[in-house]
Amino acid sequence: MKNTIKNVFHSPKFVMGFIIFFGILVFTIVYPWFVVADPLDMVGQGNFFKPGTYISVRDTVETKHYVLNITAKAGNVGDRIEADDKADMRDWLVKYGGVSQETMDAADDNELVALWVENYDPKAKQKGLLASKKKAFVRLNTEIEKLMKDADLILAEQNEDGELESTGTITSKEYVNTKDIDNKRTLVLGTDNFGRDVLTELVAATKNSLRIGLLAGTVATLIGLLLGLLSGYIGGVFDNVIIFITNLFTVIPSFVLLILITYSVGQNARGLTLMSVVIGLTSWTWTCRSVRSQVISLRNRDHVNLSKLSGHSLMRIVLTDILPYVASYVVMAFILQISSGILSEAQLSMLGLGPSTTKTATLGQMMNWATMYSAHLNGSWWAYIPVVMVIALISFSLNLMNTGLDQVFNPQLRD
Amino acid sequence: MSEQRAECLRGKGVTKIFGIGDKKTVAVDHVDFDFREGEIISIVGESGSGKTTLSKMLLGLISVTEGQVFFQGQLRDISSGRKKKEYWKSIQPIFQDPFSSYNMFNKIDSVLLDCIKMRGGKNLPYEEKFKMMSEACSFVNLEFKELTNKYPFELSGGQMQRLMIARIFLLKPKILLADEPTSMIDACSRSTILDMLLKLRDEIKMTVIFITHDIGLAYYISDQVYIMEHGKFVEHGPAEECILHPKAAYTKRLINDVPKIYEEWDLSTV
Repeated sequence: MKNTIKNVFHSPKFVMGFIIFFGILVFTIVYPWFVVADPLDMVGQGNFFKPGTYISVRDTVETKHYVLNITAKAGNVGDRIEADDKADMRDWLVKYGGVSQETMDAADDNELVALWVENYDPKAKQKGLLASKKKAFVRLNTEIEKLMKDADLILAEQNEDGELESTGTITSKEYVNTKDIDNKRTLVLGTDNFGRDVLTELVAATKNSLRIGLLAGTVATLIGLLLGLLSGYIGGVFDNVIIFITNLFTVIPSFVLLILITYSVGQNARGLTLMSVVIGLTSWTWTCRSVRSQVISLRNRDHVNLSKLSGHSLMRIVLTDILPYVASYVVMAFILQISSGILSEAQLSMLGLGPSTTKTATLGQMMNWATMYSAHLNGSWWAYIPVVMVIALISFSLNLMNTGLDQVFNPQLRD
Repeated sequence: MSEQRAECLRGKGVTKIFGIGDKKTVAVDHVDFDFREGEIISIVGESGSGKTTLSKMLLGLISVTEGQVFFQGQLRDISSGRKKKEYWKSIQPIFQDPFSSYNMFNKIDSVLLDCIKMRGGKNLPYEEKFKMMSEACSFVNLEFKELTNKYPFELSGGQMQRLMIARIFLLKPKILLADEPTSMIDACSRSTILDMLLKLRDEIKMTVIFITHDIGLAYYISDQVYIMEHGKFVEHGPAEECILHPKAAYTKRLINDVPKIYEEWDLSTV
């Protein structure tokens, strides 16, 4: 027994899977110690804020300003220009500004502005361009110059008469230290469609999904193991009845059954526990079948006969003479059941049949929300790519562990 | 001589049929037998002749399709679990393959402790149990001190099979059913095991039913021989009579098949 465990931890595949899985598990446990906020708290007012650090605008104005003599970047002028205009600017620069196509392709929005400022000349020969278009470029240029103008901002307050009175100015050389600012929040993965912090939500969702997977796997393995052991060992009519029920569950596609059960239960009753029990109840059949067939081959072994002849009870024979021989298989089946439980939940939730929406987040539900608010169309990758990665990593690590175990228990498979 | 001994196990028209309809196989076909106490009875036959099926029926592990088995003159009753347990106190087996006779997850001690428990010694102090186990092990030339806390797979096949005999020594059943106990073991250990079976018979007055395919071995060890062909007994009687003066053609063939060291093999008949 000790040797087996040692062997298991010498299998590189198992160890790698184990590290990934327990890394994820530990992260979901440790993260809430540091971030105590409610994962479903709506932080942002609006959809899909980009990942980054958000600092209070008011605080930046009110805290101490430092004057730094560093060249100011063109700023985010690039972001403020319309996409159509940017395309026109790129065209102009390549055709008349003498900028090569490669540099153009490599340049981002801010570099484009810099190139524009450097190369644009309204007097340049612009062959084949309509006069109106030429004028449009001049207007665009004025606009960009305005955006880039290095003018001081005037701060003003409203006095009693309702008139604005200047209280100070902010030059372009004034900076604030982010440490001075109290009101800031780093959203590592931005926010989702409801304005919730994706990272915190993801951690909570991973935890919930793992919980569903574990519970569903346990339920499925226990049912499959119990029925498989008993029907295999007892045989006869009992076996026929069990195998009939098993076949019934195998023939009906379990996913359809899952959809029907979860739908009929109703939105409000669908909690995490119920979901996992439902998933467990529809996925025990393969465990049952394979355990049964292994038990049938074990049933007539001499040591089982000898145990019978020593007057041991049925329960004792099943538990001490048969279960240890199928245990390694059951452990592997359990690992796969966890993985398939997590995937089933994700599939169901993608269809909107997950646990009731507003109370808990699961990986599948995050995917569902991201699709419903078309995150994939507006480029908000942070709302779904991390979720997909986590699902893939969990199932990859569990399958890796399973393969590793398989190689330890079946030496023929070792490479 | 056998007439004076008390009746031990008697069968009348014992039959076992597997499957139904076209797939019906008659494994054991209406056999009658009469095993007397304190004898060594050999059941000899080729593989597939129904020896093991018969032995399993005698043990009560599988049901008898037809016919009756009498135990000590009474019709054997193993209809309930409790009656089966009672019956199993009187009959115990040694199986062919010592490697599959043990639960490899349990230590050797548990096998012997189970026997003590079955004989009603569950609440004995450990010293007493240890003494019994050591005695049983020394009966089969094993040292219990060396075996304790070991797992079955740490033993050799011969040691395992001898431990099985130690188990029988502890249980002291009336009948020992040895199903080819020597076929998986090398020739040197074979004779020690056979000697132990003889010792069991002589010291504990045990009836030994010895199942084998080796007619020479049967002649060496047994008082009575039953020759089995296709689920039927074709010949039976005292060992000398049966093997030295065979009547049935099948027996003659079995005897001819025994290789003789000093004769050249005639492979053309094989």
